[in-house]
Amino acid sequence: MHRIESAFSNKPIFMPYFPLGYPDLPTSIDVIEALAQNGADLIEVGLSFSDPLADGPVIQHATQIALEKGITVKKSLEAVQELRKRGVDIPLILMGYYNPMLAYGLEKFIRDAKEAGVDGFIVPDLPAEESKEFEDVAGNMPLIRMLAPTSPDERMESIARTAKGFIYLVSVTGVTGALTAISDGLGDLIQRVRDHTSVPVCVGFGIGTPEQAKQVGALADGVIVGSACVKMIGGSQKPVETAKQFAAEFRDALLELRK
Amino acid sequence: MKTLLPAKFGPYGGQFVPETLMPALIELEEAFVSAKADAAFQAEFNKLMASFVGRPTPLTYAKRLSEKLGGAQIYLKREDLAHTGAHKINNALGQALLVKRMGKRRIVAETGAGQHGVASATVAALLGLECVVYMGVVDIARQEPNVFRMKLLGAEVRPVTSGTQTLKDAINEAIRDWVTNVRDTHYLLGSALGPHPYPTIVREFQSVIGTEAREQMLLEVGRLPDTVIACVGGGSNAIGVFSGFVNDEHVELIGVEAGGSGIETGKHAARFGEPARGRVGVIHGTRTYVLQDEDGQIAETHSVSAGLDYAAVGPEHALLRDTERAFYTSATDDEALSAFHTLCHTEGIIPALESSHAVAEVIKRAPKMRKDQVILVNLSGRGDKDLNTVIKEIGD
Repeated sequence: MHRIESAFSNKPIFMPYFPLGYPDLPTSIDVIEALAQNGADLIEVGLSFSDPLADGPVIQHATQIALEKGITVKKSLEAVQELRKRGVDIPLILMGYYNPMLAYGLEKFIRDAKEAGVDGFIVPDLPAEESKEFEDVAGNMPLIRMLAPTSPDERMESIARTAKGFIYLVSVTGVTGALTAISDGLGDLIQRVRDHTSVPVCVGFGIGTPEQAKQVGALADGVIVGSACVKMIGGSQKPVETAKQFAAEFRDALLELRK
Repeated sequence: MKTLLPAKFGPYGGQFVPETLMPALIELEEAFVSAKADAAFQAEFNKLMASFVGRPTPLTYAKRLSEKLGGAQIYLKREDLAHTGAHKINNALGQALLVKRMGKRRIVAETGAGQHGVASATVAALLGLECVVYMGVVDIARQEPNVFRMKLLGAEVRPVTSGTQTLKDAINEAIRDWVTNVRDTHYLLGSALGPHPYPTIVREFQSVIGTEAREQMLLEVGRLPDTVIACVGGGSNAIGVFSGFVNDEHVELIGVEAGGSGIETGKHAARFGEPARGRVGVIHGTRTYVLQDEDGQIAETHSVSAGLDYAAVGPEHALLRDTERAFYTSATDDEALSAFHTLCHTEGIIPALESSHAVAEVIKRAPKMRKDQVILVNLSGRGDKDLNTVIKEIGD
């Protein structure tokens, strides 16, 4: 938790997503390390699932390949441990669907994740209605609350009130990678969330370029970049080099906004 | 944030969906609860069920099949005679009326065998809604006539090439469309699956099968059946017919899953049939028994019938099984195909391959029963759509 708080000491922050095991496990560890060393302030480390219903084609494809190459929850947690050994000290948030966590055993999963150096979790198929089981086990490890443009005010209020770490605000109705232009209503949407909470509000889904990141970063406390990151790095002949460059570009775009 | 209706069946069910969809589920539940209490809605639904769907569907005494098997007397609940050829229309019509009530203009649906896709396309045409049906390319190949029917009815059929390219992946794509277009789009889920309130809504709209069948048994046979048998994919036809008898404690309820090439081969869709892989998990918004590997990845399934070829079972079936109110078994592809032929020859009825699984269980069970005992089998759909598959299987 302390890692998350200190990450937000200088806002807006850059939060890329990358799935472990893609294009293969050693490369994905190197990529995440490179992102961390070149400008990422927090990384969403992806766990793969056969049926990622909140994800668009880019992340579906990447996690499918990770599974074909043999990624498992256990190997993913070991990879996080490896990243910590290499000195990566920014917050690492595990992002994955619920079933593989249940299959691993929820208590064991959270214990092993904590030991590996994980700082929190994002589980897109666990809305507030179903989060109690997870949070009872997770204790002070935060399950990041998600809010969407469709969330009515009273719902936003009750979800935001109990938020820990930060809030993941989905920028548009859609799957990951969906956005093509930043909507005019984003500022209002962010303000609606801020009215109900003091934790940082981070925006994700479909932010693809440093320019877009800057637009969103002017409004939000954090900018989440998933599909674009996966596409750029996964499509590269030199993924680690590309990761360094990718992180630096987004970092530079957001640095201008920091005071 | 409490739901209006119970969101769970014992430990099963729930609402495991992205936040974007939660408001739509809440809206759907509110629309359903208010429609249930609204006499005008019920009157419109019942009127269309009679004048458009052709209800009540008959109860047919399978005289020659009963004689051939030499045991229990067998009755068929003829959902194959409902408009569009399967029970799927009951739920599609009910949900489509809810769509109108919610003021949405577009529906998306998933389909495996194509029966639910056809039913959705049909009610969309009837009520003037835009309709997009997601269907795995594997299923498109084996259910070609239904693909053509959906197109004739004005629906757009979108082929799904992700994952295993069957029903599971069609559901993923339908949910992705829904999450993107949720403001004006309703997901017309076709089975007693998915997040609350779907399992409850689907059961409610399919309960007409059980209600009618119970009345018909009492009126035409003079007694309740000893055993009720239905096939179980997601489980909507089974939950519909079971609902009529679940409170009659002496009536045995039997669900038949797809045994595929045989449980021992691993190529099947019997969620209750293989404890090592059929474990409680979360898929498509609900907690239930799911075929999965050690790491929680959803397993590939196999069945000759596209409508049963799915890795998870409806959450209410999971509870009925745990409480032993219902019992679940399976029939293999070969047993279902053999039952398909038997029913064609003895009764002049071509059943859907899905329903043939239920008939296969009748063939196993009836000879062991007394002649004064009665089996009711839900003939959930007709087999015209399966002729290509059957011709190919005979050829093989």
